Amino acid sequence: MHLVYPAVLAVLLFCVGLYGVLARRNAVLVLMSVELMLAAVSLNLVAFDVWLRDATHAGQVFTLFLIALSAAEIGIGLAIVLLVHRARGTVAIDELRALREPRAPQRETE
Amino acid sequence: MTSRELLSPSGQDVVFVLVGLVVLGAAVLCVTTRQLVHAALWLVVALGGLAVQYLLLTAEFVAWVQVLIYLGSVVVLLLFGLMLTKAPIGPSPDADSGNRPVALAVALAAAALLVTLVIDAFRTAWIDLDTPHGTAEQVGDSLFRTWVLPFEALSVLLLAALIGAIVVSRVRSRAGGDR
Repeated sequence: MHLVYPAVLAVLLFCVGLYGVLARRNAVLVLMSVELMLAAVSLNLVAFDVWLRDATHAGQVFTLFLIALSAAEIGIGLAIVLLVHRARGTVAIDELRALREPRAPQRETE
Repeated sequence: MTSRELLSPSGQDVVFVLVGLVVLGAAVLCVTTRQLVHAALWLVVALGGLAVQYLLLTAEFVAWVQVLIYLGSVVVLLLFGLMLTKAPIGPSPDADSGNRPVALAVALAAAALLVTLVIDAFRTAWIDLDTPHGTAEQVGDSLFRTWVLPFEALSVLLLAALIGAIVVSRVRSRAGGDR
């Protein structure tokens, strides 16, 4: 099999995830897009591991670690999202502006 | 050799491209659908198709771990998250924020750049799929010989993450003052 097939698929999947992270408004949907990006990286790791015939299977073992890490990440991320939902009543990430910088020119004129 | 194989792809190539199209389509639907629960279900299709790709790349252990962990637990967690944040069942018009055009431009630019780079870099690379590389025996062997320490560290990290998730999402009683 040509190595370009899995590599291009991983690139396209990563870019779809990138679009999702930038364009989605619901925090849970942003987490799903992050999962897509992680899956794209996993595909790259597996494809290059099989291509290089690594004796220690580093790519596939890293993929297993990545899957476990993404499970941990999704657990923590959902806990934070739930906390935000409980405190603010919304999970729309563009409405969470408590940490936003104040408008600088207005501050200086005050 | 390269031109001959490009002109007559093997069965694995054909299946890989077809499943890849399904994965990409499901991923695009996952990030564009306006029904939040459907997004999670399209994510199942995309990740399941990716497990098929792993099988085609002869990494069968990773494929089954992907099915068990991703499809079995991560998507269920995401569905729980959607339900606990009171996601509407029908279509929700405010699923996308206002920076959709910018996001589309960034994603298309990144895709064009990376696809050009990857095709240019790996034009002459071929994967030999005749001998399996990644059965459960091989991966388990190297996992418990070479990678034992990271494996154990990862299990501690997973435990810490689970305890952290419980601590963060626990309901605190404000009247009593105790945590």
